[in-house]
Amino acid sequence: MDESGKKNNRRDFLFTASYTVGAVGLGATVWPFIDQMNPDSSVKALAKIEVDLSQVELGKSITVLWRGKPVFIKRRTKSEISEAQAVSLEELKDPQKDEDRVKNPEWLVMLGICTHLGCVPLANKGEYNGWFCPCHGSHYDTSGRIRKGPAPVNMEIPRYEFVDNNTIKIG
Amino acid sequence: MSDHTYTPSSKFGKWFNDRLPLLSLSAHFREYPTPKNLNYWWTFGAILTFCLVAQIATGIVLAMHYVAHADLAFDSIEHIMRDVNYGWLLRYLHSNGSSMFFLAVYVHIFRSLFYGSHKSPREIIWILGVLIYILMMATAFMGYVLPWGQMSFWAATVITNLFTAIPLIGESITTWFWGGYAVDNPTLNRFYSLHYLVPFLILGLVILHIWALHVPGNNNPTGIEIKQPSKGTIPFHPHITIKDLFALLVFLIIFLGFVFFSPDVLGHPDNYIPANPMVTPYHIVPEWYLLPFYAILRSVPDKLGGVVLLFASLLILLALPWLDRSKVRSAVFRPIYKQFFWLFVIDILVLGYMGAMPAEGTYLLIARIGTAYYFLHFLIILPFVSLVEKTDPLPASISEPVLTEKDKSDVSE
Ligand code: HEM
Ligand code: FES
Repeated sequence: MDESGKKNNRRDFLFTASYTVGAVGLGATVWPFIDQMNPDSSVKALAKIEVDLSQVELGKSITVLWRGKPVFIKRRTKSEISEAQAVSLEELKDPQKDEDRVKNPEWLVMLGICTHLGCVPLANKGEYNGWFCPCHGSHYDTSGRIRKGPAPVNMEIPRYEFVDNNTIKIG
Repeated sequence: MSDHTYTPSSKFGKWFNDRLPLLSLSAHFREYPTPKNLNYWWTFGAILTFCLVAQIATGIVLAMHYVAHADLAFDSIEHIMRDVNYGWLLRYLHSNGSSMFFLAVYVHIFRSLFYGSHKSPREIIWILGVLIYILMMATAFMGYVLPWGQMSFWAATVITNLFTAIPLIGESITTWFWGGYAVDNPTLNRFYSLHYLVPFLILGLVILHIWALHVPGNNNPTGIEIKQPSKGTIPFHPHITIKDLFALLVFLIIFLGFVFFSPDVLGHPDNYIPANPMVTPYHIVPEWYLLPFYAILRSVPDKLGGVVLLFASLLILLALPWLDRSKVRSAVFRPIYKQFFWLFVIDILVLGYMGAMPAEGTYLLIARIGTAYYFLHFLIILPFVSLVEKTDPLPASISEPVLTEKDKSDVSE
């Protein structure tokens, strides 16, 4: 009785040890098959761009492609800026001050991607004079903040910096 | 399965069959006892098998000319359409074939719902069917991305973005899915790989589906259980093969009508514009066969909520055999269920229409009611009706409804 109990314990230990080694080995084998789908080095290498702003007139915007996504660079008018700043935070679905979304109030730089399901919103449209996403009807204001519709959050601000007065570096 | 023992007549046949019983299998298919009262709604299984084989055949030859690269894909489709011998035909067969495939699968599914084919003992057949349907949607979605037109690109963007709704890990899952930070060349490449693979997984599931079918045998319009083989059954060949072939012929007339006379009517003209990641088309719609689910997705004003409801609307189908508890299968003998069945059909059609309309105002309101009704049907109406409904008396055999009293005394053993 005692003998067989001991034997079973040793056997259990061997089973557990082999299962563990097997599971780790399996995991290590499967991982490359999964990770190969993540962004590769060449995709990651494209992660920074510089944009010349000197041609953008007041009230106009340009769209540049960064990491396969459109980035809106909008030179806002005085009235658009004051409109964005006047909104009280209580009215916002994703409360954020306009000041926290820009480095220089005249320039709004953001990912031109609706935070709902990724369409590109149309400029100067919608109920808040900002952007309107035609896909499922999200309205954004002149700061790119979500005001109405299914999108959960404001349009994203990418990492960027002013290299000089007329150039920014995104990424 | 009828466990007959089949002996091939030739010596070689016997030698071979003893080692690999393929001839027995083929004999099983010929003799397979089938209820004699099956109507034309039962021919869609054969039609679906044809569709799958046709998609695989046209797909394999398209793959000989198609190039899965973001810069070349669109042009390679034009190359198929203009330069490749019969390329236009093969492509139109494949793209319209996908629509016809879905048409057939919808008829097939509603047939099951009407005659209670999903009920015991056929739950596994039903579940395999739902899995096939879900994989079909995935395949068609990925196929639609391959031409890399505007609709391809934006359909891919919107659908893959569904996964960003998952809390915490959604963003990284989506990036992993894309192989980048947006839908781009790596996405196209992997979609092509999977679009080639999944139909063969479907083929495997179809084999299991038919295997599971051949255990209890076919349901029939009366829904009553019959002995196999018996007076109520006829051998599959030639009775059912010839009927299936006739139905397939009619189906092919409609299919080829589309292919030759209006090959683009089911597609979207925007897909003849090359993909442009900077501009979303003003009105994006999925292919018609996905519209009801698109309407469900859009009817919720909350991102995660919409996505959860979308997946729930599919997964709920898996639970159907346990939601509808009525012992009587066929709607023919279920006066109340029969009405709710038709209401459900109308609900799906309405949802489909709303999915094609802009999500605003009255359209949105109707889509919301339709979505609520969809879930009401499965979660409340079906369990409740199956509890309280007083069903009509069932016939004693599948012959009874067509025989007079005198005939009956003649056939009774
Ligand atoms: C379940 C079966 C299948 C379905 C439902 C399906 C569906 C589709 C759809 C909807 C398209 C887009 C058609 C268009 O707009 O041009 C497509 C394209 C394509 N499919 Fe499939 N497919 C299936 C099986 C296959 C298989 C097995 C292969 C390869 C072996 C294949 C290869 C291709 C290729 C190369 C294209 C791009 C050419 C084109 O767009 O016409 N498909 N598929
Ligand atoms: S993607 Fe913009 S509202 Fe849905």
